Amino acid sequence: MPNFNQIKAILSQKTIGIAGAGGLGSNCAASLLRSGVGKLIIADFDTVSEANLNRQFYFHDQIGEIKVNALRENLLRINPFASLQMHAAKVTPENIDFLFSTCDVIVEAFDSASEKEMLINYVLTHLPEKPLVAASGLAGWGRVESLRIIQSGNLYVCGDGESEAGEANPPLAPRVNIVSNLQADTVLEILLKERF
Amino acid sequence: MKIMLNNRSEIIDGDLFTISQIMVIKSFKFRMLVVRLNDRLIKKEEYETTFVKDGDDLKIIHLVSGG
Repeated sequence: MPNFNQIKAILSQKTIGIAGAGGLGSNCAASLLRSGVGKLIIADFDTVSEANLNRQFYFHDQIGEIKVNALRENLLRINPFASLQMHAAKVTPENIDFLFSTCDVIVEAFDSASEKEMLINYVLTHLPEKPLVAASGLAGWGRVESLRIIQSGNLYVCGDGESEAGEANPPLAPRVNIVSNLQADTVLEILLKERF
Repeated sequence: MKIMLNNRSEIIDGDLFTISQIMVIKSFKFRMLVVRLNDRLIKKEEYETTFVKDGDDLKIIHLVSGG
């Protein structure tokens, strides 16, 4: 098995794109950066709200800040030398190529199902060689054994595939963190599998 | 026929079904889905006209909100 320096030597050459900086994207970004990924490109149009703090990698004094700006601050506290490209923009079919075509892997980290579908369909159709790690089904608590990764070619979908978030079934930190880290771990597996 | 559905081996009584028919049989009723047959993306308008046969690898992935 390789040591951490050997792992970092490979990961430091890689660029990961993250579409969305909410519960999935902010936590996934932190794990990828801690693991030594060289560059992160992150896009989100939203601002930090109090309701985000139950699961997202932000702090109370950041309420009202643009998420990608707040996330940049937080990620730089983990690694001040990190290479981060942050875009305060909504991801649409018109800008996916511009934002993410240089990435080795793209992470789908949206909240809404229709945006998930939009990104997955776009990448599978227009960037079919690009590995895409998506998430679906992470609300509530417990039932950790139902969380899994479905792979089909270059598409990986993490989650239970059915626990939809809503008023009566809110997303909570533990399960959101588990799924965002399943995504981060899948990214590492993709990046390291040719080398080790 | 025997197919792989979401990584699990499934036996369905009969030889040939469209993807729409399999969705009914296996009660997939979420609105947002990603469907891949043998790793090929199947678009919504193709569900009625794409046939699944013995030995195929079918993935029907629900997309639900939350993140």
